[in-house]
Amino acid sequence: MENEVVIKTENLTKAFGDFIAANAITFDVYKGEIFGFLGANGAGKTTAMRMLCGLSTPTSGKANIAGFDIWTQTEEIKKHIGYMSQKFSLYEDLTVRENIRFFGGIYGLKGKEIRQKGDAIIKKLGLENEAKKLVKSLPLGWKQKLAFSIAIFHEPKIVFLDEPTGGVDPVTRRQFWDLIYEASERGITVFVTTHYMDEAEYCNRISMMVDGVIKALDSPKKLKENYGVETMDEVFYELARGAQRKAD
Amino acid sequence: MKQFIAFFTKEFLHVFRDRKTLLLLFGLPVVQIVLFGFALSNEIKNSKIVIFDYAKDATSRKIIEKLEVSKSFEIEKNITRVEDIDKSFRAENIKLAIVFPANFGEDLVHLKNASVQIIADASDPNTANTLTSYATNVIMSYQKEMMQTRNIPYSINTEMRMLYNPELKGTTNFVPGVMALVMLLICVLMTSVSIVREKENGTMEVLLVSPFNPFLVVISKAIPYLILSLFNLIVILVLSVYLLDMPINGNIFLLFAESALLILAALSLGLLISTLTNSQQEAMLFSLMGMLLPTMMLTGFMFPLENMPVPLQVISNIVPSKWYYIIVKSIMIKGLGFSAIWKETLILAGMTALLLTISIRKFNIRLE
Repeated sequence: MENEVVIKTENLTKAFGDFIAANAITFDVYKGEIFGFLGANGAGKTTAMRMLCGLSTPTSGKANIAGFDIWTQTEEIKKHIGYMSQKFSLYEDLTVRENIRFFGGIYGLKGKEIRQKGDAIIKKLGLENEAKKLVKSLPLGWKQKLAFSIAIFHEPKIVFLDEPTGGVDPVTRRQFWDLIYEASERGITVFVTTHYMDEAEYCNRISMMVDGVIKALDSPKKLKENYGVETMDEVFYELARGAQRKAD
Repeated sequence: MKQFIAFFTKEFLHVFRDRKTLLLLFGLPVVQIVLFGFALSNEIKNSKIVIFDYAKDATSRKIIEKLEVSKSFEIEKNITRVEDIDKSFRAENIKLAIVFPANFGEDLVHLKNASVQIIADASDPNTANTLTSYATNVIMSYQKEMMQTRNIPYSINTEMRMLYNPELKGTTNFVPGVMALVMLLICVLMTSVSIVREKENGTMEVLLVSPFNPFLVVISKAIPYLILSLFNLIVILVLSVYLLDMPINGNIFLLFAESALLILAALSLGLLISTLTNSQQEAMLFSLMGMLLPTMMLTGFMFPLENMPVPLQVISNIVPSKWYYIIVKSIMIKGLGFSAIWKETLILAGMTALLLTISIRKFNIRLE
């Protein structure tokens, strides 16, 4: 792992009126790292992630994404990040190829490049026979893998994944993570939120958010050692037990 | 530009994939043109009329008095030149002109027979029909009175002339209404639903994270619907010209320009609705309640506005399609030019500007 910092936040805070959804978040993420962003429902994960993607303006604090400032250079940031939302984020009424063409198009890729890379993705995911079918006819696991491939289609520096494997079976989840590893090896930083503790184990480092504050940040191994427990489940339980906020 | 093309392609694919919506979009104007052939008529009060009295004798004055007393009419003014008849029809909201020929009273007394001419603005055939029969009744009742008092068989002929729409075709009345309705339906409903659908599906987030400018998202969503509604406009016009034998008397480019203005207003309204709602059902309900009902009820093409209670008449002024309806009638049926409709155009343009400003202000670039 290289030591180039691609995400740097300092006291990043988001308040909705009196409610502080994310409180003085400070952390660094390195290039090519798989960074797990964990927390119970309502802990502020999605809020924090949305600020980093430029979907939501922070109340205060600083952040630098892919070398660009979150306050002044959001347009530059957008060119260098990919995003896969919690909800399934492809167009169900378009075919596999049309989705690829559209997302390649709005990132300003050239037609030839879109065709070549699109073919490569279709081949890699084994979707040759489905390329002309509507996305809604695909099983969920394939859709998710396709959505991820499209999120990194424009070779972003960082890809943000918001609970990407919700509702997917363990086998498909494993295959999905193979795609994530592959992206990480290509130097794409992966920032992922998840509820599954087995997935947390796959991350290089994870941060645990409780009540809008980052309570712990380390590799899964170190965290288990620090809390003297065997599994990530227990680490999560230890930390989340102290939460004041009710899950939503 | 490449981004735009990618976006348009996608929007058109959405439209063409959804067969039901497609059927609605292109079937609706056809169905409505056929259906709304049966417009309604009703009682009309206080219509403005002008009197052109060549005779200026006791008899004509008595009839004018009777017209004045009648609740149906309000005499706007007396005119003295032939050109003024046409002028007042065009410039003011005059529904009827009543012309007494020279020697009207003398003819009646000596020849026992005289004529009155009634000229109506028939671009709204229901109103024209009703008003001419009201006027005829007034004149006939005077004739009766005379016959009773003097016991001589006087007879007054009423000659009618229907201006602009001599055959009293009902189509002239509802075609402009259907145009307004269809364009509003497509633009308001489709734009708001298609934006809200992206919010609902989570694809809006993906679009907003992309380098594609959020305002361009909105613009490129609006343009396909603008094209579709212009296409629909052509379909309606072709149908009404060839199927209903309805002429387009005025400048067709002016008609399209004014239509574009209404479309712009409708698109801004659709955008506004999409920023205020979070689900497709909500957006649909808002569009139907907020736009379709007022358009059907308060535009004047189904129910004459003149008959409505004053509060409703006042409210009708804020419905953009009311002004569009007036404009289209003036261009298509009366064949008037821009100088005759600049006021309505200005009002419509003002509404469009207001809606556009509000909706752009309200539109959240960031999802909070």
